[in-house]
Amino acid sequence: MSKLNVVQAINQALRHEMERNPDLILMGEDIGRDGGVFRVTEGLIDQFGERRVVDTPLSESGIVGIAIGMAAYGLTPVVEIQFMGFLYAAMEQLISHAARLRTRTRGRYTCPIVVRTPYGGGIHAPEHHSESTEAFFVHTPGLKVVVPSTPAEAKGLMLSAIRDPDPVIFLEPAKIYRAIKEEVPEGEYAIPLGEARLLTEGKDLTLITWGAMLHPTLKAADRMAEKGVEAEVIDLRTLSPLDSATIIRSVEKTGRAVIIHEAPKTCGLGAEIAARLCEEALLSLEAPVARVTGFDTPIPLPKNEKYYLPDVDQIVEAAEQVVGF
Amino acid sequence: MPKKVVQQFKIEFLQILDEAGQVDRALWPGLDEKEIKGFYESMVLIRTFDEKALNLQREGRLGTYASVQGQEAAQVGSAAALRPSDWIFPAFREPGVSILRGLPMRMIYQYWSGDERGSAIPEDQHDFPIAIPVGTHIPHAVGAAWAAQFKGDPVAVAAFFGDGATSKGDFHEGLNFAGVFRLPIVFICQNNHWAISVPLSRQTAAATLAQKAIAYGFEGIQVDGNDVFAVYTAVKNALEKARRGEGPTLIECYTYRLSDHTTADDASRYRKVEEVATWRKKDPLVRLRAFLEREYRWSEADEQALRRQMQERVAAAVHEFEAVPPQDPQTMFDLLYATPTPDLIRQKEILRKRLQQKKEKE
Repeated sequence: MSKLNVVQAINQALRHEMERNPDLILMGEDIGRDGGVFRVTEGLIDQFGERRVVDTPLSESGIVGIAIGMAAYGLTPVVEIQFMGFLYAAMEQLISHAARLRTRTRGRYTCPIVVRTPYGGGIHAPEHHSESTEAFFVHTPGLKVVVPSTPAEAKGLMLSAIRDPDPVIFLEPAKIYRAIKEEVPEGEYAIPLGEARLLTEGKDLTLITWGAMLHPTLKAADRMAEKGVEAEVIDLRTLSPLDSATIIRSVEKTGRAVIIHEAPKTCGLGAEIAARLCEEALLSLEAPVARVTGFDTPIPLPKNEKYYLPDVDQIVEAAEQVVGF
Repeated sequence: MPKKVVQQFKIEFLQILDEAGQVDRALWPGLDEKEIKGFYESMVLIRTFDEKALNLQREGRLGTYASVQGQEAAQVGSAAALRPSDWIFPAFREPGVSILRGLPMRMIYQYWSGDERGSAIPEDQHDFPIAIPVGTHIPHAVGAAWAAQFKGDPVAVAAFFGDGATSKGDFHEGLNFAGVFRLPIVFICQNNHWAISVPLSRQTAAATLAQKAIAYGFEGIQVDGNDVFAVYTAVKNALEKARRGEGPTLIECYTYRLSDHTTADDASRYRKVEEVATWRKKDPLVRLRAFLEREYRWSEADEQALRRQMQERVAAAVHEFEAVPPQDPQTMFDLLYATPTPDLIRQKEILRKRLQQKKEKE
């Protein structure tokens, strides 16, 4: 085992799967010689050649659409879209085709593709580079949506995403690409999709989050602990399919929930989780479910983005209100 | 510095069978009597299938349907040139190609009646089901061609679409990839002159659609799409070129949609009667029949016998279609993912209970 950051962990996962599966092909803009704009695919072209690591024309809808045809024919395409804000050009391919190929052909054709894209704010990027619109994809039946929160998680979830027989949107939190290092198991290390993880156990409150927001959430939980409040922290890992059972179980125990995400508040995934808690755990709730989220605005340019993104103070404040209700 | 010409292009038009039913012997593709009569039989079959679909729709036995009348030569010529191992990616106005590839007619009726099982292509047939969003299936075809090249399979891919699709981004993105990577694919544009109510002149300012291939670095050719021999020749040559590893071709079949866009459309709102009348004279069936009469003494009796035979085949397909037991609504949950998610399992149970309650009430 070695200490890796998220970029290195995903690189290791891709390398591992490419060695294992000769039909795995990587496609994207600048992913070959340049190693991708965040260097996630660095060195892979040297090991696997231009046939399997393909620098494509600048063409998001083309890349995703072609991956669908490749997958139907029998290859395993893993594509990179440079930023989530550029993925919208391929929305029609994802929603109208990738997501429904299996169901509309009654299983005759399937679409085992992975679409990787950096997402989220906090990296001082230009416009359209910091989107957090995962709810679009969660709202689309037929897609799976995965968001890792640490290097080891990134590797384990990527292995499973590639092996999954259905289309997976793999959202890589750009903020933590290089911010954290941890021990990442070498070789075979797959984390099943569809299972949330419980990071800390507690009796007073459940904090539910994913991706880069896990880290301020953990800090907030530590601060609450100093004040004698025990929080459970849930990292969703897979946003679709959503692991409701883990969420409901925790909130039935703690009676209180705060959902933290950097996406806009309205129709963000937090709204869905809050609704499920109302439907399925209402009698366990001791306080209204709170949400700490981004505003309903486009994520601002770098000078103002810190006012948009949830921080530790906001999470602590929301948690205190919920506990003190 | 004097200006100089750096590139020059030309687009050829191929016609072998003219409107009077006479052929250009110099361009003759070497077909025998059996093959030619087979082409005519297929064209009559598709016309009969289509007429029946329109009737079924009017009687409320079929939902919205997109008619293919006038485009039979483009479809029969293409389908005849394809090998079973090749892959096709149709748009939504190619029932003829699908039928000739082996898709049971029953399934096409099923699809347009609102039953998803009509999209379940038989295992031995390398075809995609129809695509409703315009042009978005073109990259899928390119992906399959790329995969075939990657695996070293000696197959080619044909992508079908209309003139409207050439205005869409996915057309350009797909053709660009195909050119860059020299993929084994043939793009078959059925230029039927109308995208619902918008004429060709509003789709493009270009003189031909075939010339769009030039921009992507490969050959484009315009063929008389109502001439089955020209379509067959062009598609066959392009497929062979693709299988030899010499890259893609764009074929513009210059044809016409004689019917409305779909049964939900009324083309008389935007199309002149005289225009349709002009194209009726170019009907691909009329033209090939004239050739058969001239070359093979095709008689009225032959014609009537063939029509009757095709009507019987279509009637049998309608019978099969209407005899299919209804689809269990619970199957909507079964094939979304390889393994149903907990939410889908829960929702399927809700529907199951609802159906059971309904049954008990009845």
